[in-house]
Amino acid sequence: MRNTIVSLLAVVFGLLAGAILMAVTGHNPIEGYTYLMQGGLKNTERLGNTLATATPLIFTGLSVAFAFRTGLFNIGAAGQMLIGGLCATAIGLTFDWPRTVLLAAMVLAGFIGGAVWAFLPGLLKAKYNVHEVVSTIMLNWIAFWTVNYAVPAYFKAESLETESRILPEAATLRVPGLTEMFDGSYINLGIFLGLIAVIVMAFLIDRTTLGYELKAVGFNRHAAEYGGIAVNRSIVVSMLISGGLAGLGGMVQYTGNAANIQIGILPSQGFDGIAVALLGANSPVGVLLAAIFFGLLYSGRGFMNAMTEVPPEIADSIIAIIIYFAATSILIERLVRRFKGRLPLNRSGTAPQQGKGE
Amino acid sequence: MGELWTILQQIAPYAIVFTIPLLITALGALFSERSGVVNIGLEGLMVVGAFMGAFIVFRLQETMDNKAAAIWIGLLAAFAAGVVFSLLHAFASINLSANQVISGTAINMLAGALTIFLSRNMTGSGNIRIQQGFLPFDIPLLSDIPLLGPLLFTKTYWTTWLILLIVAISTFTLYKTPFGLRLRSCGEHPHAAEAAGINVRGMRYIGVMISGGFSALGGAIIIMTFSGEFSGTVSGLGFLALAALIFGQWRPLGILAATLFFGFASTVANVSQAIPSLAVIPPFVLKVFPYVVTLIALVLFSKTSRAPKAAGEPFDSAKR
Amino acid sequence: MYVKFVGGLFIPSFLEEEILSMDYAVEMLGIRKEFPGVVANDDITLQLKRGEIHALLGENGAGKSTLMGILFGMYQADRGTIRVNGKEVRIANPNVANRLGIGMVHQHFKLVDTFTVTENIILGSENSRWGFVLDTRSASRRIAELSRRYGLNVDPDAKIEDISVGMQQRVEILKMLYRNADVLILDEPTAVLTPQEIQELGAILKNLIQEDKSIILITHKLKEIKAFADRCTVIRRGKTVGTVEVAAASEAAMAEMMVGRQVSFKVEKKPASPGDAVLQIDSLSVKNNKQVLGLNGVSLEVRSGEIVGIAGVEGNGQSELVEAVTGLRKTESGGIRLKGKDISGLSIRDRNESGIGHIPEDRHKRGLVLDYTLAENMVLEVYHRDPFSRNGILNKSAIRSYAERIIGSYDVRSGQGAASVARSLSGGNQQKAVIGREIEGDPDLLIAVQPTRGLDVGSIEYIHKRLIEHRDRGKAVLLISLELDEVLNVSDRIAVLNNGELIGVVEASETNENELGLMMAGVRKGETA
Repeated sequence: MRNTIVSLLAVVFGLLAGAILMAVTGHNPIEGYTYLMQGGLKNTERLGNTLATATPLIFTGLSVAFAFRTGLFNIGAAGQMLIGGLCATAIGLTFDWPRTVLLAAMVLAGFIGGAVWAFLPGLLKAKYNVHEVVSTIMLNWIAFWTVNYAVPAYFKAESLETESRILPEAATLRVPGLTEMFDGSYINLGIFLGLIAVIVMAFLIDRTTLGYELKAVGFNRHAAEYGGIAVNRSIVVSMLISGGLAGLGGMVQYTGNAANIQIGILPSQGFDGIAVALLGANSPVGVLLAAIFFGLLYSGRGFMNAMTEVPPEIADSIIAIIIYFAATSILIERLVRRFKGRLPLNRSGTAPQQGKGE
Repeated sequence: MGELWTILQQIAPYAIVFTIPLLITALGALFSERSGVVNIGLEGLMVVGAFMGAFIVFRLQETMDNKAAAIWIGLLAAFAAGVVFSLLHAFASINLSANQVISGTAINMLAGALTIFLSRNMTGSGNIRIQQGFLPFDIPLLSDIPLLGPLLFTKTYWTTWLILLIVAISTFTLYKTPFGLRLRSCGEHPHAAEAAGINVRGMRYIGVMISGGFSALGGAIIIMTFSGEFSGTVSGLGFLALAALIFGQWRPLGILAATLFFGFASTVANVSQAIPSLAVIPPFVLKVFPYVVTLIALVLFSKTSRAPKAAGEPFDSAKR
Repeated sequence: MYVKFVGGLFIPSFLEEEILSMDYAVEMLGIRKEFPGVVANDDITLQLKRGEIHALLGENGAGKSTLMGILFGMYQADRGTIRVNGKEVRIANPNVANRLGIGMVHQHFKLVDTFTVTENIILGSENSRWGFVLDTRSASRRIAELSRRYGLNVDPDAKIEDISVGMQQRVEILKMLYRNADVLILDEPTAVLTPQEIQELGAILKNLIQEDKSIILITHKLKEIKAFADRCTVIRRGKTVGTVEVAAASEAAMAEMMVGRQVSFKVEKKPASPGDAVLQIDSLSVKNNKQVLGLNGVSLEVRSGEIVGIAGVEGNGQSELVEAVTGLRKTESGGIRLKGKDISGLSIRDRNESGIGHIPEDRHKRGLVLDYTLAENMVLEVYHRDPFSRNGILNKSAIRSYAERIIGSYDVRSGQGAASVARSLSGGNQQKAVIGREIEGDPDLLIAVQPTRGLDVGSIEYIHKRLIEHRDRGKAVLLISLELDEVLNVSDRIAVLNNGELIGVVEASETNENELGLMMAGVRKGETA
């Protein structure tokens, strides 16, 4: 409950700050937001695009949230996405298997690629107590350069140096049924993978001994060790799962939303995953909702930019402001408390059930 | 041997120019971490400096005749912008006990988005190109010294010497003045500092603000020496500076050595294809080299790390 | 029986203030301090005469630390006045306290490990040359001189991380002297010292009052009050009980004032009837965190039906011993056998399963996952077993009913029973939960480390009773405690550790504090000091 209020207020503050930003740069915020919302929701195609944009964010959000639950800060989702995407793309471009087999292999490759990339930070943390924030940042850049040299060397597109060949239709997550249902949107099977991941993670975290162990390690590594939990193994397992989720994020991005992999950028979804996890209070359902919200901002910004003069980066700015407010949740909690303290009479109004008892 | 020397002479000026923004940024981060605040927002703060520097110089050079003066004003403005922007991180980490890594990440994201948003409002493309940056020059007499002259004193920039001076002053300040002793105590044992009557929060603000100013200076120097154009990113140099801070084990001279090392590695990677004797090394290896050695350093130093003990921990004076 | 105010003199009220204030260095009058939900101090009065050692006695949680925090400027009182040398003052922060000549040695030292003694002492009041260059040389000379004058024997140029705990404490004292403090507050200063070091500290304190310093000694140890203090103010549950002249008050009387009822520190128990060896430790060596041997060739046996206590000053190998037996730390050499079976290669979990229960030293660090519910905490060692989980899926109702049983039989009080988050419980109830969990597993060997630290007398008595009951069920108990009284009263046999070595094992009924004190300092039985 408290988390929900904090998250909602962070969103409100982020949108307010975005409005101020638009106003001071000479744009009309109401107009801007109207087109932003329309751009994400106006028709079924745009709705589909919003969901598709949200898909990789669901995965990176789950990735970061899962690591958080074990007390780890996986800031390397971007790199794990790249490697997961590269592995899936490599399978898709290389093999000519029946579609189900091929897609299953690509999902597996995406997961394994991301997991492998997160394995090293997990191992370094467990064995040498190397802080995972630093090691995952380093591995982000190693992934960046790996893709940068591997793609032109092995999967070069015919005309462009900066991206891989286009995947054959059968090796992408697009299915005609979905595309038609959403009027030509680029929505794809990835969204279903995302929903499955949300459910699996919720179950894993809350109902299994593995979840019990990982959370215990996250809350208090010493007590977990005392209780007989293999702490080092838990750290590595947690990073493997977290990395695997991010790798799947890369897979749905490069073989679902896009049909090839580009070089020269660290995918922003990796860092947005931190914002998604934070806004979703590290709960699987929260992550899902936060990802869809960010998906809306991202997919609506193009339309807004076409209809107004507001630069599309307003969406990125709003997200960055939201993550700042979510990170400083104490500020919001203080404000809430002060608000409640100053208006004691209003309290019964906001909580009528309690008012009756008094 | 002779050929290698020629190559070294050729690339040294470029490597040094590339090193300087890293050096000043990592040095700023040293102040922040020594005061107890981890700052992974270096990348974003550099972007802020690059934007502010480019913007001011772009505007001033339209009207001013003295192009050089415009550049210096741009540097100052960038420094100020970095200080102001870093207050966001300081406020979150120091007053609100926020997770410093998350706050730093927010700084990175915010700087990247906000600066392009603003520059797009001005130029449409989001890129800002300055008319003229600093010009390299050979230092008279010194550049004629055999061996060292061509390495250190040719094609050099004023900013290089300014930053080296700042490094010297910073080293002295950290280790030989009451201010430095107090700042370091806040990063090692803030409760001891508080009991000694030191304003821990104030010292941490100063540490973060120095980091903000220095990083922004680094970002602006990129624009005004080797880049010339702001494009919304500093391509991971901020994270490389963070790596240098760790590889240099939180000491000024260590940082100097680490950034020089990274500067040379990156420069070699950039030019290796043009120089036959270097082309044998795959550029990929050279590119990932700094990150790999930092990982190795982290493992090697894991037992004897000199990281400030309280860095990253929120300071709560009630907790004793 | 209690002497309220000074000797109970009758003084006209208009004169009272002036006359009484004259020879007081510090007066705290009618102090009240509330924290959200608790009144930590309620109308407390404490008056410190110039040149005296004044003990502040109270149970854990009675409000001693809060009161001294107020005097040192770390908290602000909600009500009441503070006078220093007769003048009313407002102490807004520690700097003001320092300026008023009040210095404090905290229980956990406030020293920067990587700095030298001199750097630590001058921190915050540095001298500099030309206005900006740190001048450590003249400071270090002055520190050496102060150290000589008060017999503190401290090397100004040593690094803190290289010196002993006792010397670190003297550095803290020097820090106050360097700042010309006249009023010195020492918070539980003897907790980390051997009996002999305590004697030395006593001599240092006597030196200090001869130089006209005034000292407040915060403690819950009656013997030390008897030995060092001139007067003693007792507080209980945030209220002043009274101030007594130490020479005129008996230990029992002060104890009664502290607890609020008659207490006997003797623990009721039958003589032990030990059976077969349960734990056999054979020349065990273990490295400590600094990678040197923290435990060196120790052999020890604990039999069923007896309690073996380990006495020793903190950091003499107790943690290493416990962690080696429970599997939290690797051993270098030597054997550990449980009921005859070698367990030295087993994992922590396997050792639990073979019959070891462990009440850890620090319930917050090891004993509980504070953000887990009580129910989740109660299965910390058994969650993987049927019926708490099957095939990796948790059975939440089985976990809850198990937890409720422990909560019921160990009287663990919490807001929402098994669903309460562990963090929300009081320290005593948290400890009861841990003890309940460990005893509920009915271990053949129960290792209890500092089981009563930080608890009030009622909880302490309860826990001692439970340990003895466990012994009387024919199980073995290994008790590690820094409180010599606890070791003496609860144990059947006592082993003494010094510097990682076993100095000797004695029968609890045949030894006394003096003998143990010597052994804790490393003097073997039969040798002379």
